[in-house]
Amino acid sequence: MKQSIYTIIENEALTSSIYRMVLEGDTSSLTNSGQFINIKLDGFFLRRPISVCDYDENTLTIIYKVVGHGTESLSQYKKGQTLDILCGLGNGYDTSLSGDSPLLVGGGVGVPPLYHLAKSLIAQGKSVQIILGFNTAEEVFYEAEFAQLGAKVYVATVDGSKGTKGFVTDALALTSPYSYVYTCGPEPMLKALYGKTDVSGQYSFEERMGCGFGACMGCTCETKYGHKRICKDGPVLVKEEIIW
Amino acid sequence: MVETKVRLCGVDLDNPIIPASGTFGFGYEFAQIYDINCLGSLSFKGTTLEPRFGNATPRIAETPSGMLNAVGLQNPGLDKVIAEELPKLRACFKKPIMANISGFSLDEYLTCAQALDKEEQVAWLEINISCPNVHGGGMAFGTCAASAAQVTKAVKEVTTKPLIIKLSPNVTDIAEIAKSVEDAGADGISLVNTFLGMRIDLAKKKPLLANKTGGLSGPAIFPLALRMVYQVYDAVKIPIVGMGGVSSAEDVIEMILAGATAVQVGAANLIDPYICPQIIEDLPKVMEKYHINSLTEIIGGAH
Repeated sequence: MKQSIYTIIENEALTSSIYRMVLEGDTSSLTNSGQFINIKLDGFFLRRPISVCDYDENTLTIIYKVVGHGTESLSQYKKGQTLDILCGLGNGYDTSLSGDSPLLVGGGVGVPPLYHLAKSLIAQGKSVQIILGFNTAEEVFYEAEFAQLGAKVYVATVDGSKGTKGFVTDALALTSPYSYVYTCGPEPMLKALYGKTDVSGQYSFEERMGCGFGACMGCTCETKYGHKRICKDGPVLVKEEIIW
Repeated sequence: MVETKVRLCGVDLDNPIIPASGTFGFGYEFAQIYDINCLGSLSFKGTTLEPRFGNATPRIAETPSGMLNAVGLQNPGLDKVIAEELPKLRACFKKPIMANISGFSLDEYLTCAQALDKEEQVAWLEINISCPNVHGGGMAFGTCAASAAQVTKAVKEVTTKPLIIKLSPNVTDIAEIAKSVEDAGADGISLVNTFLGMRIDLAKKKPLLANKTGGLSGPAIFPLALRMVYQVYDAVKIPIVGMGGVSSAEDVIEMILAGATAVQVGAANLIDPYICPQIIEDLPKVMEKYHINSLTEIIGGAH
């Protein structure tokens, strides 16, 4: 974990409620796909935890949804403004367990952390398939970006306005055999996926957090391997330890 | 050269800054990002006899200038704290520590206090009779002068180290409770624990916290906490550890002027993990600015 100041070099709407922000600053504390940052915003006490979509030596990208006052405030920040951020939080995904043909499954704002993961897996020579789930066609983002990486992309929308009609689990039938599952999204989606896939996998969870670095015990969940803090011991849990 | 040293119940502190229980774990998470030996002391995570998972999530909510928590005393239990957590803390922190103890019965307080009293590095026992997030315990002991005195007297009889009683602000007359624990043998008083509060999730039209209510902390409660420290200073002769929304060296000095001998920093650690070393660095400069030579000399100076 590192605390430092980042400069906003982009903050643009991808859809009516989804924004992409690119930040310039010290990314040395990021070691895995699926980690997150915790952002201090003017006028708010608690920081806002947002997963990292992509990063390189000196920039990081987040994609976030405006759901409350905090994320609404974040969407108002302009290029050139700075943010106080705790970077490199959480365990992230372990790519060493993926096998040759991992399946990635993202729902809504659970999609972004899978981007850097897909990039890493493809760089390791893995054959990556990804299912992206949204409510409606208007909310779809990053379909082309994943395809450009070389992933085979399937889209599911609840109202059927794009791709498979229904949930991500309804698109499972379209996929080729896969060796492992990496996923992030709303809990009901994770649970459904857990029940409908036979292979092992890593599931990234969301929880309201106090500190984001393991001090306050605000986000603890029970697992088969004991109490885990989503912020520090997670957000990624392995399938075998999850208790629904 | 200004003097930041203070003496709390006969134990010297290099400075009055003590991270508050429940915001600092057992120290080693913070030791990964700075040398925690700069602290005056630290009060470790509230320990109960049995391991506790705590309350269901969500346990945390944003509030104006603060936060609510309803963690519910999650801790590994007395045996594991002694066998696993304290050795890890000892490896990264060489100063006296404050052992924070919670309980659901008088027996539980006594068992925990006796065991932690034997730990060499423990300099003070801080008895939490004020947790607002656990039903059937904690705060029940701290909201009535007679039961607060009963816990104090019983723990005092079986321990040797200075006994600090941590009070709840969720009472009608904090000075009366402070006086009753002093009369029962307490060596010091720490206050305040969090204020009981709640938020409602507008989308769900239900309480935001799974526990429905939680404890309010952060800058929002600083003036309330300061007032209570001021009132308690008038009521008792034993030293006070002041806390509640402290976030700067200026806040620390206000607390000391109100009557605190040492000052705990709580919620601020969660927002800015470097806040304690920052306050410690700022303290001498702020003292010079206000022509304060020694913190000890200004304890209760506002009275």
